[in-house]
Amino acid sequence: MPLSILIWLPAAAALLGALAPRRGSYPLTGWFAFAGSVGALGITIGEIAGFDPGHSGLTHVTDQLWIAGLGIHYKLGLDGLNLFLVALTAVVSALAIGAANRRRWERPRLFFLYLGLAESAVLGALMAQDLILFVAFFDLMLIPFYFLTGQWGEENRVAATTKLVIYTLVGSLLMLAAAIATGVLVSTNTAHPLSFALSDLQNAGGIGAGAGLSAGSQEWIFLLFAAAFLVKMPAFPLHGWMPDGYRAMPLEALAIFSGVLSKVGAYGFLRIVLPLFPQASVHFQTLMLVIALASILYGSVMAFTQTNTRLILGYSSVAQLGFITLGIFALQPQGAQGAVLQMVNHGLVTLALFLIVGLLAARAAGSVDLRDMGGLALRAPVLSAIFLIVALATLAMPGSSNFVGEFLILLGVFRSKLAIAIVAFTGVVLASVYMLRTLIRAMHNRLGTRAESREIALADALALVPSTLVILGLSFYPQLVLHRSERSTAAAIAAARATAQPSQTARAPLAGASAPQPARTSTLGAGATHSGATR
Amino acid sequence: MSVALAAARLHGPHIDWGGLSPILALLGGAVVVLLVGLAPRREVRRLVASGLALVAFAAALGCTIWQWDASKSIVSGALRVDDLALAVNLILVSAGAATVLLSWRARASGEAGHGEFYALVLTSTAGMSVLVAAQNTVSLFLGIELLSIPLYVLCATELHRSPSLESGLKYLVIGSVGSATLLYGLAMIYGATGSTDFDAIASAIASGGLASDPLLLTGIALVVVGLAFKSSVAPFHQWTPDVYEGAPTPITTFMAVATKAAALGIFLRFFDVALVSAQVSWAPALAALATISIVVGNVGALGQSSLKRLLAYSAVAQAGYLLAGVVVSTRAGARATVFYLAVYLLMNLAAFAVVVARERETGLGDDIAAVEGLGASRPWLAWPMTIAMLSLAGIPATAGFVGKLFLIQASADGGYTWLGVVIVVGSMVSLAYYLRVVAAMWMRPGPSLGATEAASPYPAIAGGSPEADPDAIGTSTPAAPPAGDGGPGAGAREGFQPEVVGLALAAGAATVFFGIVPSPLVDLARAAGNSLLGLF
Repeated sequence: MPLSILIWLPAAAALLGALAPRRGSYPLTGWFAFAGSVGALGITIGEIAGFDPGHSGLTHVTDQLWIAGLGIHYKLGLDGLNLFLVALTAVVSALAIGAANRRRWERPRLFFLYLGLAESAVLGALMAQDLILFVAFFDLMLIPFYFLTGQWGEENRVAATTKLVIYTLVGSLLMLAAAIATGVLVSTNTAHPLSFALSDLQNAGGIGAGAGLSAGSQEWIFLLFAAAFLVKMPAFPLHGWMPDGYRAMPLEALAIFSGVLSKVGAYGFLRIVLPLFPQASVHFQTLMLVIALASILYGSVMAFTQTNTRLILGYSSVAQLGFITLGIFALQPQGAQGAVLQMVNHGLVTLALFLIVGLLAARAAGSVDLRDMGGLALRAPVLSAIFLIVALATLAMPGSSNFVGEFLILLGVFRSKLAIAIVAFTGVVLASVYMLRTLIRAMHNRLGTRAESREIALADALALVPSTLVILGLSFYPQLVLHRSERSTAAAIAAARATAQPSQTARAPLAGASAPQPARTSTLGAGATHSGATR
Repeated sequence: MSVALAAARLHGPHIDWGGLSPILALLGGAVVVLLVGLAPRREVRRLVASGLALVAFAAALGCTIWQWDASKSIVSGALRVDDLALAVNLILVSAGAATVLLSWRARASGEAGHGEFYALVLTSTAGMSVLVAAQNTVSLFLGIELLSIPLYVLCATELHRSPSLESGLKYLVIGSVGSATLLYGLAMIYGATGSTDFDAIASAIASGGLASDPLLLTGIALVVVGLAFKSSVAPFHQWTPDVYEGAPTPITTFMAVATKAAALGIFLRFFDVALVSAQVSWAPALAALATISIVVGNVGALGQSSLKRLLAYSAVAQAGYLLAGVVVSTRAGARATVFYLAVYLLMNLAAFAVVVARERETGLGDDIAAVEGLGASRPWLAWPMTIAMLSLAGIPATAGFVGKLFLIQASADGGYTWLGVVIVVGSMVSLAYYLRVVAAMWMRPGPSLGATEAASPYPAIAGGSPEADPDAIGTSTPAAPPAGDGGPGAGAREGFQPEVVGLALAAGAATVFFGIVPSPLVDLARAAGNSLLGLF
């Protein structure tokens, strides 16, 4: 099935819903959008089932010339690297759009149209195999959130959304300049016609990866790309838009934004930066690891000090994406694989957590502040149990898929930079501190003054329980992701590793032993899973 | 070729009616419209004059398309009919036709007399057609004057509003200085090269090694200044905000899109044909001007609360982007500039049509408050404006994104990577003010219509001229606010203006369409770029 259908189905369904006549007083747009995203989810599940783990390279390639004069292709493809991020997007969007249908929105047609557009744009960014197409989708996916925040957000929304958009678009415009420079420079250096397809850029003239660009050009281009991706994540020094944005965005939109959009930044490193700019990636490896480490520590500490649950989750995202960046720039197969798994894990728990925050706020007189909550578990055993499962997954309890992800990441870092790995371990501890604090202060302790403990309603459970089940399912069987992504992640970091090799000869035994390692660590992770589950 | 032919015969030169046909259609239309202006009844004058003006524009459009892919010199080598001239002609004629539609209910055309008003628009467009086809300095100057003089008058056509008169006078004074500078520069270039013909100038520069001749360089500098005045490139943009704000909004639209297209068209032809051998001398200067224009325009727009002033500063910035394609003097550069001109037409038409509609609907003039809450009350106006703003800012899925892509690629390819980066930085700054308009439309509650509208003096704004009144009443009583999710949109005073809303919607839809499927425009622009034979 052409990937274009998968990409455009959610937007088309939402558009159809926006044009459909209203029945009764309230239009049915929301259900159209939901149907579109469920359709996309169905296609994705089919793709996962039919994916051959032994296959390397892209499948289902669509390749058409989009802008002839500039060699820009409309090229899409699916491989082990983006397969599960696409699935994550489909799951998170379907459940978030479904959850959004519980509420009555002002101007619902536009609201769901934007949600559908957002899903399409994210799917496009994940599957794009052309540099300019990627940048276009990357910018485009922000626009729906600009409107979602500005029109349906909480107080101070206009300032927040403006800040959000300017921060991220400044990053992505720089990336646009860098992308064009990449294409033009590669074309000039290799005397090949201008093309922005990733495969052409990566292997220009068959000279080998990264040969089309001098190390000097790679370095400044790398910095511009990194800036765009780090802003989007967000990472520590570039997270200025995050607190305001997270405070103001409607929760259902925030679940998609935090669950999925932030991952596209990390994915961009694996898809574009490491394969195209390997020398620069090695050159800036330490810088990126330090930024990742700073994000982990800063995010964890901030999450521990906040009382606004939206911000706790926001800062915890900063920390978690720090881990993911760490895994990517370990430049080790385990690290990259762990990063991919962790992106999926984090997206899933973020969705569940934001849905839970919505439920908690409904029980605490609309407040998302921890100080207004407390004792909410009293009459809500099911809600409390779900929250416990999700919280334990978030803090990477052994047995959870998050544990496997973090374990692989740390293993990768351990092999490349020992000191950084040791500091990063504290991040794992800090995660349990802030998650447990949130859980205890919201669900236990004394009942808040304005809070009222109420069991989860059936409609709410319909959105929340599936996401919890997916988390549990992945915990039992993380190999689903690991097997299918193994080859592609290894290919993504191959060029950078090849560049880094000379400097790693000193640690030759470790580097040499890494080839059969992924399979072994996967088994290890699975073993931990089963012991955790029986416990 | 036809030059030689014309010289060989004694009995009058051969006249290529086909090549001249777009200009003849416009000028003929101007004469007819002027005569219709003498008709006895006011309503007849209004309907027939504007209708005939539209017919003239349609005829010119048809002739332009008919001549497509021609490549010939006409009128003893004074004009060149090639794809560059024809592509820009398409833009000019579309802009002119849109101006007629926007002026349909304007006070300006009524006050100045319908016949005169539309005749002036047609004449000015004809001047622009001459300008972009000019291939010697005499026809260049002729074109400049023919386009400018009607515009001076058109700016001042709202006879009972002093800002309009002021803007006309200001444009006259500054425009004359610009023309004089240009003429002086052309004289010096003639002095240095001994020729008025573009090709002859080019060969004189190339063979005589004149690239660093002081006389020639002074001439080039003065020509740059003169054309910069016309295309509102900073620092020669000072008149732009005031004139744009004061002129009747349909005329502002015309100046923003058509004048800019014509000026950039001649920039391309004069610099990339006549002066191409001296590129090393003028390219850095033009690049510097482009940079200044981008910075000044974008920073100047930040604090504006009048939409027309905001769009004026944005026009200054966009002129800077457009110049990047001239600076590199490659075919890719010419292609990028022509492509962006076409895109620029679409997005500005969408934006200005909404400003026109809101000026007539609310008592708020062109203040940004006039579009507040538009998303809820008038979604069919809010969408085109949103698309225009996002496209001007260069957001993907709009034609503005593809246009910027071409310009940046052309800069990088032509050795001016830093200019591409300047374009990107300019776009970043521009987000701040374009998004402010979008936020006003979608994220702020509408002005409390009852209060402001009741308080404002009714006749001072739209529908003030007696002849517009019957029409306004005729349409506004049955007009319901267009489909939407409700909201207070019924406070319209001009009522529903189908031609303005339709224009806005068409331009907005085209902006999105060419953002997703750019190839038709790319083909047009490539043909235009390839018609500059001396470039690579």
